[in-house]
Amino acid sequence: MNNELIHLSHISKSFDDKVILDDLDLVIHENEFVTLLGPSGCGKTTTLRIIAGFETPDRGSVIFDGKDITQLPPNKRQLNTVFQNYALFTHMNVADNIAFGLRIRKQSKSYIEDKIAYALKLVGLEGYEKRSVSRLSGGQQQRVAIARAIVNEPRVLLLDEPLGALDLKLRQDMQYELIRMKNELSITFIYVTHDQQEALTMSDKIVVMNQGYIQQMGTPEEIYNEPENAFVADFIGDSNLFPAVFLRDGLISVDGAEFPCVDKGFGEGRAVDIVIRPEDVELVEAGEGTVTGEVTDLIFKGVYYEMCVDVAGREWVAHSTRPCPVGDKVGIRVDPFNIQVMNKPASEDEEAVPTNE
Amino acid sequence: MNKTKKIAGSLGIPYMIWAAFFIIVPLIMVFWYGLTDADGHFTFANVAAIANPAHSKAFLMALLLSLIATLVCLVLAYPLSLFLVQTQKDSSSSLTMLLIIPMWMNFLLRTYAWQSLLEKTGVINTFLSSLGLAPLRMINTPGAIILGMVYNFLPFMILPVYNSLAKIDENVVNAARDLGAAPGQTLLKVIFPLSLPGVISGITMVFIPALTTFVVSSLLGGGKILLIGNVIEQEFMVAYDWNLGSGLSLVLLVFIIISVVVSAFTDRGEEA
Repeated sequence: MNNELIHLSHISKSFDDKVILDDLDLVIHENEFVTLLGPSGCGKTTTLRIIAGFETPDRGSVIFDGKDITQLPPNKRQLNTVFQNYALFTHMNVADNIAFGLRIRKQSKSYIEDKIAYALKLVGLEGYEKRSVSRLSGGQQQRVAIARAIVNEPRVLLLDEPLGALDLKLRQDMQYELIRMKNELSITFIYVTHDQQEALTMSDKIVVMNQGYIQQMGTPEEIYNEPENAFVADFIGDSNLFPAVFLRDGLISVDGAEFPCVDKGFGEGRAVDIVIRPEDVELVEAGEGTVTGEVTDLIFKGVYYEMCVDVAGREWVAHSTRPCPVGDKVGIRVDPFNIQVMNKPASEDEEAVPTNE
Repeated sequence: MNKTKKIAGSLGIPYMIWAAFFIIVPLIMVFWYGLTDADGHFTFANVAAIANPAHSKAFLMALLLSLIATLVCLVLAYPLSLFLVQTQKDSSSSLTMLLIIPMWMNFLLRTYAWQSLLEKTGVINTFLSSLGLAPLRMINTPGAIILGMVYNFLPFMILPVYNSLAKIDENVVNAARDLGAAPGQTLLKVIFPLSLPGVISGITMVFIPALTTFVVSSLLGGGKILLIGNVIEQEFMVAYDWNLGSGLSLVLLVFIIISVVVSAFTDRGEEA
């Protein structure tokens, strides 16, 4: 693991009595692509603004490269931001926008020209120097915003939902572009989004947030395959999220039906939540599965079919490349490895209890 | 579709009638009187009369005082607007109301109020002499006229400047800070250039009424300091020389058109 670069230590922040962040603790390493993921109002943007210096935390401190920068104004921080709405300077052309930070630092003319050319090449906008930024498309404006930030050679690039306003195709292209830029520049990216697909595609590490707390931190695979609680399981991708009883190590029961699993140590007879991804629900001949149900819905999704199966009043969602017609009786089988057992929330607020990560 | 268009087109008719009677016709009359002599013969003499030392002195004095008043308005309004934008998110806040309330009062009334404050035996001097201090000579000075202009026209500077500042995206200001600009640099390189359309329209809205005023100068200048507005008024009301008055008005009109065109041009240049 690379060196620790940013440490958010016990950060709390409220606006008008509304708690946005509560005792948040987060470490970001050098050269990492970290995504803060969560629904709107979860505190991810506030976290980013605290790192950038646009907000000061009520409690806690921001440590950057071993130094406390909590009170340092944004213009003295070694990081740059790409804003959600691009926030370009509409009174300047593309080249002047990109040169803004360099001119503030009083770099030489030839250095600035080289940097503008380099940055425009990196974002694929060669020859756009003299264009007025307000005449550019959304995708092009986004590229200028990225170029404007990276010419300053920041240690960290902060991106606040930078692809939110772009259409799907462009957004996917930009995701690959961003990964390419990250590898070319080898700097730390901190990326804020509510789009789980975006987070899974791009990140080295995902920080799932809700209600001002970190729900889970981990690689995209860990977050997707081993969600630690119902919130994470539900937020990341489609899932069958059921209450269950942990009978003993390696065996759970859902609505009375027993499923073998691989999880251990939850305590015999304890109520738990389980998550099964729809692609892990195998549909077999009626009677051959662990349980049997009736197909109630069949939707073509392109790569796969989505089927809803009613099993004794509970709806299971299954993804498969082979369709089963509505009304058919089918059996359901799940590989023990694909059942993720999670502790039940102790209360309504449990969703907001920080994990031990 | 066609019908709605017809109805929409006819909505402008009442105003067009109004404009024809009270703007177009008077304007034609000003041109007519300005470009003819008392016998109705065509002449440029009324326009050329601006070169008459008495007229050009009044014109230059009006130009000077209105420029100073405009500058004072800008210097007062810009920092205030910055403050308002940064602190008062609610436009109906008490401070904004304090600025608007004087505008509800009649312009003439406010100028009379200043007259009674500044007079030789007015409120301020009475107060000073009660303290045993020597009276100040305030009324009938260029300073009094500038004060009157600033007091009356300041809101016309504040409103456009405030609006243009309020329109600036907070993230654009954040972006400048993020890219290394200190607060002063951010103001100079980002906030001010982006607020320029408001500043220019504020300048136009203060400069033109200040340049053409005769009420402020006759009430607070006591007829001792003549502005071009006073000269024109006297030609109409005292000398009954409508031709000369109209001719001088045309000179002023050309000047106003130039400044409006210049400001509109700069405005458009900003938005492109």
